[in-house]
Amino acid sequence: MTPLLEVRDLAREYPVSTTGGVRRILHAVDGVNFSLERGRTLGIVGESGCGKSTTAKLTLGLLPATRGQISFEGAPVTALRDRHWRTLRRRMQMAHQDPLAALDRRLPVGPQVVEPLAIHRLEDNETMRRQKALALFEAVGLRPDLFERYPHELSGGQRQRVVLARALVLDPVLLVCDEPISALDVSVAAQVINLMQDLQARFGMAYLFISHDLKVVRQIADEVAVMYLGRIVEQGPPDALFHAPAHPYTEALVSAVPTPLRGTQGRIILKGDPPNPVDRPQGCAFHPRCPRAVARCREEVPALKAATDGRLVACHLASAAPAAAAA
Amino acid sequence: MQTPSAPTLDWRGGSASLLVAASAKAPLLRLNDFTVSLRGEVPVVRGIDLSLGRGEALGIVGESGCGKSLTWLAALSLLGQGMTTSGEVLLDGRDITRLSERDMTRIRGGRIALIFQDPSSALNPVQRIGTQLKEVLRLHRGLRGGQAQREALRLLDRVGIADGPRRLQQYSHEFSGGMNQRVMIALALAGEPDVLVADEPTTALDATIQAQILDLIRDIRRETGMALILISHDIGVVGDLCDRIAVMYAGRIVETAATRDLLTRPRHPYTQGLLAALPVLEGPRRRLTPIPGTVPAPAAISAGCAFAPRCPAAAEQCGRELPGLVLAAQDQRAACLRLGELPLPGSGSIDAAPALRQMEVPA
Repeated sequence: MTPLLEVRDLAREYPVSTTGGVRRILHAVDGVNFSLERGRTLGIVGESGCGKSTTAKLTLGLLPATRGQISFEGAPVTALRDRHWRTLRRRMQMAHQDPLAALDRRLPVGPQVVEPLAIHRLEDNETMRRQKALALFEAVGLRPDLFERYPHELSGGQRQRVVLARALVLDPVLLVCDEPISALDVSVAAQVINLMQDLQARFGMAYLFISHDLKVVRQIADEVAVMYLGRIVEQGPPDALFHAPAHPYTEALVSAVPTPLRGTQGRIILKGDPPNPVDRPQGCAFHPRCPRAVARCREEVPALKAATDGRLVACHLASAAPAAAAA
Repeated sequence: MQTPSAPTLDWRGGSASLLVAASAKAPLLRLNDFTVSLRGEVPVVRGIDLSLGRGEALGIVGESGCGKSLTWLAALSLLGQGMTTSGEVLLDGRDITRLSERDMTRIRGGRIALIFQDPSSALNPVQRIGTQLKEVLRLHRGLRGGQAQREALRLLDRVGIADGPRRLQQYSHEFSGGMNQRVMIALALAGEPDVLVADEPTTALDATIQAQILDLIRDIRRETGMALILISHDIGVVGDLCDRIAVMYAGRIVETAATRDLLTRPRHPYTQGLLAALPVLEGPRRRLTPIPGTVPAPAAISAGCAFAPRCPAAAEQCGRELPGLVLAAQDQRAACLRLGELPLPGSGSIDAAPALRQMEVPA
């Protein structure tokens, strides 16, 4: 069976002019491959500028790709914004990080949940649309009396529920979520994480879940891809990756998660900032910050290859000397 | 680092709440029944009692709007005219809330330094880094000329910024977010303060950069013995760096204890709820236990315990009576009327009381 979503050699470049007027190419996403089965969750983690949000936008055809193919339910996704794209977009939806920015502040939230149905001309009349939206309100745990409220009258958690209801009203099979809970407080974030798991169990859609938070991704994802400077450096089941990282960058990310009572023994502190994507280092892009880098890493780009346990790793040293299990 | 002294009786309220001084000597910094209101409205910080020992690292955690930042901005008179405070802020036993602006300026940066979440907006964008550093060195330590230059270079080196002579000539926009936070720390260290108040210092930074900054603060404290107040929404960050944690909810401290005790045997239902709501990186994956509802707006807080409407253990009395911070275990205090009746969480497990397990978001 073909996967729901298949992404092959996806790339996005931006021409930029650096100081001095030199024209350069910024490789935001550079040769990303992944696939996602129906009803499953793929988490993409990485730090700012690693290309995780660009990957999300490319996947939905919100941004044209410079290179590569995206196939959704067997059909190619392009960013042409034509009828074909609009039909596809009904089946693939997006939930953003900042619900206040994603919602129209001059419109009550109920009509905003109804709106996609009207845009896609899905239900025949206003009453049917309203009924459908109210059913989604119930599904995401919003009281019906909030239907006519404005976004500013709702709490952050309620607004994120509205964003989810609006994304789900078209019965999508894929929901792309870009940092859906990072703007929420701890107690409310847990409510939304549980809600997303319940909605997936109930409606069966797949999630492409973009986040910088390893703990949240581990909670929700079946598979995780770690990105660094536009490329996937490691991919596999979350427990395998986070408990025994094979790529030194994954290892550093796991080590950087502040964990009380752990002590400072064995903690990896990377030197310096991630390089500017415009000046991506030769060879393995991680080598200048990598505590294990050898001569080969400076010259040759490592390919993303299957390791013995089936996970994918892009590191010259991965098979020769697997990284120790995280302490 | 600090040894608990004999408990002293709290003179406020009917409940015989106990305050344990954080140091055998008088605490370095102490808040007594400190409240803050903005523009004459209902108080947002509603009676804080807290003390910080010399060289101690105290973490303040809580969700947005709980008053964790406001408390310290108000304590240092940084909120401007619309703010009114009551209670005391004692620095070495002297109340600093009544000081003139001129005297306060000497304390801020000299005895108590601050760093914030967004370093690039805290730095002056049109002044060179060196100018800003030397200004602090002149104001608080009277250093000028070559002396100030040498000290500025030493400080940059101390916070891990290489190529100091060139860096001093640069502006904040020429630095990355992590580098700007290092500059902020250098500025904070310039006055040789006794305490650093760090308000979400790593929240805007990437994970690997956050680890660098936390490591830097840890090192500097080890070297200088500077005390730390670390304000964060992230209990992981606070637990990583602090000896003791105070949990705030709706303008009050609901629990305070040594880090290990707070994390392994929390006594207040809110602390228990916070810990049960957190996803973890290790151990079996379990469904999260959210705290139902949301934080109340300051005007909507009832007379009793502010957490009562969300609390699975709330009894009728909780809606009426304001709980004081009372001794729950050695060096652990919690503000909960039902403290004696609630089951003790199993020692060693970071988990909620069974009573907290029932409520879920409607599916």
